[in-house]
Amino acid sequence: MTYLTKPKLHHPDLPKNQVGYTRRDYEGKISTLCAGCGHDSISAAIIQACWEMEIEPHRVAKLSGIGCSSKTPDYFLGNSHGFNSVHGRMPSVLTGANLANRELLYMGVSGDGDSASIGLGQFAHCMRRGVNMVYIVENNGVYGLTKGQFSATADKGSKSKRGITNNDAPIDMVGLALQLGATFVGRSFSGDKKQLVPLIKGAIEHKGAAFIDVASPCVAFNNHPGSTKSYDYVREHNEAVNRLDFVTSRDEITADYAPGTVTNITQHDGSVMRLRKLAQDYDATDRIKVMNYLQERAAAGEVVTGLLYVDPDSADLHEYLNTVDIPLNRLSERELCPGNVALEKLNAALR
Amino acid sequence: MRIEATNDFVVKFANVNGSGSASANELFARAILRMGVPVSPRNIFPSNIQGLPTWYEVRVCEAGYQGRRGGIDLMVAMNPQTWDADVKELEAGGYLFYDNTKPLPKSKFRDDINVIGMPLTEICNATYSDPRQRQLFKNIIYVGALSALLEIDPNEIERLFSEQYKGKEALLKSNAKALRLGRDYALANLNCPLGIRVKRANAVGNKIFLEGNNAAALGAVYGGATVCAWYPITPSSSLAESFIKHCQKYRVDPATGKQKYAIVQAEDELASIGMVIGAGWNGARAFTTTSGPGISLMTEFIGLAYFAEIPAVIIDVQRGGPSTGMPTRTQQSDVLACAYASHGDTKHVLLFPEDPRECFEFSAKALDLAERLQTPIFVLTDLDIGMNTRLCAPLEWDDKQAYDRGKVMTSEELEAGKDFGRYNDVDGDGIPYRTYPGTHPTRGSYFTRGTTKNRYAQYSETGPDYIYNVQRLLRKFETAKKLVPVPLLYPAAKPARFGAIFYGSTSPAMQEALDVLAERGIHVNALRVRGFPFPDEIADFVASHPWVFVIEQNRDAQLKTLLVTEAKVNQTRLLSVLHYDGTPITARFIVEQISQHAAARSVVPLKKAVS
Repeated sequence: MTYLTKPKLHHPDLPKNQVGYTRRDYEGKISTLCAGCGHDSISAAIIQACWEMEIEPHRVAKLSGIGCSSKTPDYFLGNSHGFNSVHGRMPSVLTGANLANRELLYMGVSGDGDSASIGLGQFAHCMRRGVNMVYIVENNGVYGLTKGQFSATADKGSKSKRGITNNDAPIDMVGLALQLGATFVGRSFSGDKKQLVPLIKGAIEHKGAAFIDVASPCVAFNNHPGSTKSYDYVREHNEAVNRLDFVTSRDEITADYAPGTVTNITQHDGSVMRLRKLAQDYDATDRIKVMNYLQERAAAGEVVTGLLYVDPDSADLHEYLNTVDIPLNRLSERELCPGNVALEKLNAALR
Repeated sequence: MRIEATNDFVVKFANVNGSGSASANELFARAILRMGVPVSPRNIFPSNIQGLPTWYEVRVCEAGYQGRRGGIDLMVAMNPQTWDADVKELEAGGYLFYDNTKPLPKSKFRDDINVIGMPLTEICNATYSDPRQRQLFKNIIYVGALSALLEIDPNEIERLFSEQYKGKEALLKSNAKALRLGRDYALANLNCPLGIRVKRANAVGNKIFLEGNNAAALGAVYGGATVCAWYPITPSSSLAESFIKHCQKYRVDPATGKQKYAIVQAEDELASIGMVIGAGWNGARAFTTTSGPGISLMTEFIGLAYFAEIPAVIIDVQRGGPSTGMPTRTQQSDVLACAYASHGDTKHVLLFPEDPRECFEFSAKALDLAERLQTPIFVLTDLDIGMNTRLCAPLEWDDKQAYDRGKVMTSEELEAGKDFGRYNDVDGDGIPYRTYPGTHPTRGSYFTRGTTKNRYAQYSETGPDYIYNVQRLLRKFETAKKLVPVPLLYPAAKPARFGAIFYGSTSPAMQEALDVLAERGIHVNALRVRGFPFPDEIADFVASHPWVFVIEQNRDAQLKTLLVTEAKVNQTRLLSVLHYDGTPITARFIVEQISQHAAARSVVPLKKAVS
């Protein structure tokens, strides 16, 4: 964290995006996390993605649970409403918020303790329902705020800072998300902004449950030899299957690529994601193959990153529920209350 | 000896769960209602789908008392499993109607009751070949027989058939045939009518007949709930399911076919309340419905909604606790659990409806209160009200009344420079302003959290900020006192030394008990509590009586505890009358308890007697 308070005043020449905001307008309060924490890099990536995508900050709702990662929504998008809810229960609060107003962008930020341990159930069910959201897990395999206990994503055989070996099998959030019906699944590394920013942009544009698992090393409790969530370990084992160049419908695709190395994925709202393949024959739209591939590579000890899966024809909970286009929180008595005439009729039918 | 009574008796049907008896029994009750005679039926059922015993108890009472009376005058004993207990339950001089296709030994009967045997199985087997038809029509055949035995107008039953099977001629005919089969047999072979009978009257008026859960769901529709998240649990599931039905009827945009509501069957009660809180935070009216075990699971979230000040409505259809308890029996045993739900210093607003009409009214009101007070509001109904069809005054709605959306700062106000402090008490009533997410580009956003904060919603663990906040919450609770439904006084006809406080589903039994007690010369002023925090009238009421009975359907006198703790009433004046075996409280029970207490406290002291 930085102890220097940044001045509120912006330099008049700071570049503004199309909606009139500088990058600084997307910042939040000063982080209170440890210096070097992966989570701060993720906050920076979120800021970058939102600024570049020209999202009005106040049209974003940031929700989180409890833990280090869940504190971060205070550190980005200061002009957005935020909700630091109950440990492991952000998904339900986000689902309810989303039902109330379908027009905002919902960003759920959680950690591995919050989503894989206490909140595994809610994580699973919001993926199943296809809630339209960006769900980021800042995954460090450890409980930071309570000082170094293993979380449920810690790899079997990995060692804690105090030298204790973890004997429990790890929970693979990406595998779960795929199995449970998430329609956008990515994995990245907090130390790889070039990969992470486009992934967040893709997730924002995606309609439906978008999940990004971000390896985000804990410098205080899980960055030692023997950890599989340290900066060094993740760098050494990181195998990207593709590079995502996020292209919205507004931009023209001009760059030249060697044939067969680029796939353009057009989503249902017309936005285009351009994927540069790094792994041969990797098809990010074939869910079964993706699941098999990830299992194989995980067994080989690789941390596979990139846009792992996307369903271009995804739908979301509002579509399933067939809710009206106008946000439910804007409906008034006139639209909601059947009135006394209907009640009289009903009374008559109950005699 | 036989019981003689017109329009004042109790019939109990002993059936096997899943045998199709429920609709036949309801038909019986409705036919009597159509003759202008009030009935109050109660389902007594096990936590089971098929095979276990189930009962349907119908009280016929021209005077209009709808509480459970206690005692049975006619037992329709259709379940061999429960025969002995069913026979035993009959009042002396009562009637036992049974299927005598297979003869039973004399030891299976009692000498002091009147036995009416009818070969139901034999008649069914002779008439129908399909086993399911044999089963289903057996129920209609006994209703036919009862119509003759009790002088129920068969035309009323046939009219009900024609309403129910509109456009389904075959079903209509076959049911009418079964009805006549039973009725004709009874008229030809049984001694009709019995000493108990129904006589056409005019005591129903414009009352309506519906279940509390259905009414509460309708209240949520009228009150503007757009988000409902729930998890199935007896006895609340039918509330959510009724909400689905009402929404399909009233809340679909005719032009687009799209829904002006969102209902999610959540993965558990934690998620249900989480979704309600998320929706409430984001400015939609939202509710969940559950029962005791669900409340236990929700408590952490309830604390968040209390402390972060987020509107939420929780309709708790209470059942017998603790733990899984008696899932299909009734109690008022979640009062304290709801009043103080969650860790730390919390207290919550409670509403106590007495019947389906108030279920409708209070669930709509709860949605207003939740937004006005920015806090969870509990509607504490119970299985007795929720899952039984009850006669009550017609539902009313004033089209002129607008929803009270509470203190919400608008984009225009923010733009004009109005100071926004999310937890700042600007009006002195403890209620701060809130903003909906997405309101204004640069003003009015804030960070919602369960941790302590200052009045501008910034994280703060300093003592003064904490104290400011929790004291303000107390002020808000004071404000709530003026907003909850006022208690209703039922004054005695003559000056009374005794007072009685009651609430919720105890109401019909209590009102009957008050009449009976008055006849016996025990005059009691009664007060029906309808909301918590307790309005000041309640403490005044207690103070103006040397003795006040507190009638409750739980073991530990939960409302009394709340009265002593929160209304600061003198607890030595309070005498508990507690009924908690899972059956609905009866007037008989209340009368007996109060009479005993009254007798013990009416003895004239020796000194006074002598002087």
